Amino acid sequence: MSNWREEPLIFEKSRPGRSASSLPRYELPRAELPAALARAEAPRLPELAEPDLARHFSALAERNFGVDSGFYPLGSCTMKYNPRLNERLAALPGFADLHPHQSPEDAQGALELCFRLQEALAEIAGLDAVSLQPAAGAQGELTGLMLVRAYFQDRGELETRRKVVVPDTAHGTNPASVTMAGFELQPVKTDARGNLDLDDLRRVVGSDTAALMLTNPSTLGLFEEGITEVARIFHEAGALLYYDGANLNAVCGISRPGDMGFDIVHFNLHKTFSTPHGGGGPGAGPVAVRRELEPFLPAPAIVRRDDGTFALDSERPKSVGRVRGFLGPFGVFVKAYAFIRVYGPALKEMSEAAVLNANYLLARLKDVYELRYDRLCMHEFVLSACKLKREQGISALDVAKRLMDYGIHPPTIYFPLVVPEALMIEPTETESLETLDAFVEAMRRIAAEAAESPELLREAPHDRPVERLDEVGAVKRAIVRYEFGEPEPD
Amino acid sequence: MGGYLALTEADKEAMLKAVGVSSVEGLFADIPEQVRLRRELALPAPASEVEVERELTELAGRNVHTGRELSFLGAGVYDHYVPAIVDAVISRPEFLTAYTPYQPELSQGVLQAIFEYQTVICELTGMEVANASGYDGATVAADACFMAAHATGRRKIAIAEAVNPQVRQVVKTYAPGFGLEVVEVPHAGGVTDPGRFRVEAEGAAAAIFQQPNFFGCLEPAPDLARAASDAGALAVAHVDPLSLGVLEAPGNYGCQIAIGEGQAAGNHLSFGGPHFGFLAAKKELIRRMPGRIVGETTDRRGRRGFVLTFQTREQHIRREKATSNITTNQSLCALAGLVYLSWLGPKGLRELGETCMGLSELVKKKLGLPPAFAAPGFKEIAVRLGRPAEEVVREAKKRGVNPGYPLGRDYAGMEDVLLVAVTEKRSPADIERLSEVLGEVLA
Repeated sequence: MSNWREEPLIFEKSRPGRSASSLPRYELPRAELPAALARAEAPRLPELAEPDLARHFSALAERNFGVDSGFYPLGSCTMKYNPRLNERLAALPGFADLHPHQSPEDAQGALELCFRLQEALAEIAGLDAVSLQPAAGAQGELTGLMLVRAYFQDRGELETRRKVVVPDTAHGTNPASVTMAGFELQPVKTDARGNLDLDDLRRVVGSDTAALMLTNPSTLGLFEEGITEVARIFHEAGALLYYDGANLNAVCGISRPGDMGFDIVHFNLHKTFSTPHGGGGPGAGPVAVRRELEPFLPAPAIVRRDDGTFALDSERPKSVGRVRGFLGPFGVFVKAYAFIRVYGPALKEMSEAAVLNANYLLARLKDVYELRYDRLCMHEFVLSACKLKREQGISALDVAKRLMDYGIHPPTIYFPLVVPEALMIEPTETESLETLDAFVEAMRRIAAEAAESPELLREAPHDRPVERLDEVGAVKRAIVRYEFGEPEPD
Repeated sequence: MGGYLALTEADKEAMLKAVGVSSVEGLFADIPEQVRLRRELALPAPASEVEVERELTELAGRNVHTGRELSFLGAGVYDHYVPAIVDAVISRPEFLTAYTPYQPELSQGVLQAIFEYQTVICELTGMEVANASGYDGATVAADACFMAAHATGRRKIAIAEAVNPQVRQVVKTYAPGFGLEVVEVPHAGGVTDPGRFRVEAEGAAAAIFQQPNFFGCLEPAPDLARAASDAGALAVAHVDPLSLGVLEAPGNYGCQIAIGEGQAAGNHLSFGGPHFGFLAAKKELIRRMPGRIVGETTDRRGRRGFVLTFQTREQHIRREKATSNITTNQSLCALAGLVYLSWLGPKGLRELGETCMGLSELVKKKLGLPPAFAAPGFKEIAVRLGRPAEEVVREAKKRGVNPGYPLGRDYAGMEDVLLVAVTEKRSPADIERLSEVLGEVLA
């Protein structure tokens, strides 16, 4: 049993009359506030002095695990090292203290940075125009589908083109985005090699198809071998191809979505381009498109004028509109741009290292965990704990929890859905051979432990602040905020 | 870029051998030749850390930030002070470099912080459940529309014209996909008329207003909430979190949903993002909510712990039937919000609100310009200049003062109206200077 002590909730540490705040006190005229609008009872915000505030959040940080804490092979999340230089740059006053309503003339450096990032992303995608506005990958997807809508509306085909084709291996965001954009989902199957089933595809694609949403390499970590045929099927049916950029880390400088035949791409700057994920965001989900889709991109657009200065262009009558406030998560752009500057054309070496690391792990693990599609992988691969489940009753979840005892963050589990007891492993390019070997060693030992002492796995993890938590109980109890007790009498 | 990659040539050789291919190129055999890029990416050559810092410092130097001019810009994003403790906490690598807390045993820090954040947002807004954050103050409005449409089965959204134009634009962008029709309710003298609001809210899923509104005016918020409810619509208030020490909480005057832009709470201006949007509601709407929600539970030893909960609403479980496609949200920005609001405490929040109101009052007195609207305000005031505001802004900026936001950019007939914002970072002496400069420009 672990030696962690519980960290009380900040509200439990709160004492009336304490405060960390330090605000200026000016001599000011009194302002009138109509009684009907005035707050009757103060919100019960925490009351702590700053030292206790610092210790509280320090204690919480210690109860968390990031890329800096250890290996984090969370499949499809591309948990690579987040260069600290980029944090320093985003905090420069010229960026961090720049008001978004500042006039474009007085924000030329920021606009130029955005413009250069757009150019770089267009080149990496092999497409023509970029909007940086979407706030995260899922919003990039939704924006992509809004572009599909606008494109077909413009051609008078929106009424008939209702279906968006999504493979059964897709991230859950894809089908959810289809619904939010007002389309109907058309699933397609995966074939025996882990590719899209082309026969199934030919059967479902027709004049009612609006688009395909595809991640390539797929969530199985496999490159779509028939990609040119896939593109031909959709384009001949008059439909568009949308590329989910979640797995772009495999192919930067090696194969570009635009060259594969995709018309729309979204990027996850917080994956491929190293901006830190912050425990659940912020992200950034720019979209790139072919020239004929450019008029539909979110407005305003960041453009370079003939005199070399940068401006915002809101005169975009065919634009889908605005998808979030201002120009997008600018602080994230600074970090992604700095990352791209450090690599330049050597982004290819980044992807090569990511793919080499993944293949090395796969080669060293496929004799102890099952591999459904025995091919070279790209930047990630999916193993199955089926055999352990069958023979020892040990699940992918047990393996994942036991990895924590070895100081390793578990892979993504139970996804993609087409692989039972899935363990989806993405090492990224920034891991050393020693780290990879330690992971192999841990995974192999865990497989051995499953036979020798399965309770070690079922009861894992052993030295975290909590053991496995009752998730069903959480829904039943539905405690989603701190409930304050009655105030104690003075 | 060598600095971020750890594999040596010897490592690579050994690894390729283990894989059973002779070269790195061989790893990509599955990629058809016709889609391979057979040239280098056309990007600037790799740069060293020193060079990248020099280049970006030069770009940053070409921006006029709030340390380089006396700025009264607001209009949705505000130059409040960010305490040092906020940046210190969100720089902790355990927070900064973590992914979404899918594995609770390794993520109790983030999960507990989100639970505390949800509580703080509920306390501020008078609500019972809050999600872990949305992208910004605009997208949470679209989220609220989607929730309301599902809860009521209605297909219309009524939104006050006095709501931030960017928020209204985003709602309109999302509406066609949701199958929603959006109706705007005109303002009357800078505020929304409850009678008119009632009429437009008829048959609507949600009726949305902003408090204080985009003009800086205080709406008759309780009356608007009642008007919405009378029409059978969910009342949705878009609020400034820092106003809620002095202004009543939406949950306490009949709103079912409260949303807002969290930037003012501990997030730097950063040219518009990343910031966070907050969304809170009454408990009966919990299963309609988008995004992550953290709940309290126990482990088998009975110790308290926190997990992502009500996940059957979400895309990774429900796929096309999910309440939203959102996954990555704005966790670190919301954490900044939590640290900031904990730093303020209830007393600080109230003090800050009173300071903002006092400063706006001072602006009104010192400027001596006719207010565009009669309604009382909070931290922004719209004044009539008698000249195009864009012109006045240009002239004032030459004197080192950015006097505010020209409302004519968004509203016809307001070409001479300037929206002046104050925060506790603007002193009475700064307001004196604003008054002098406007006096000179308008003379």
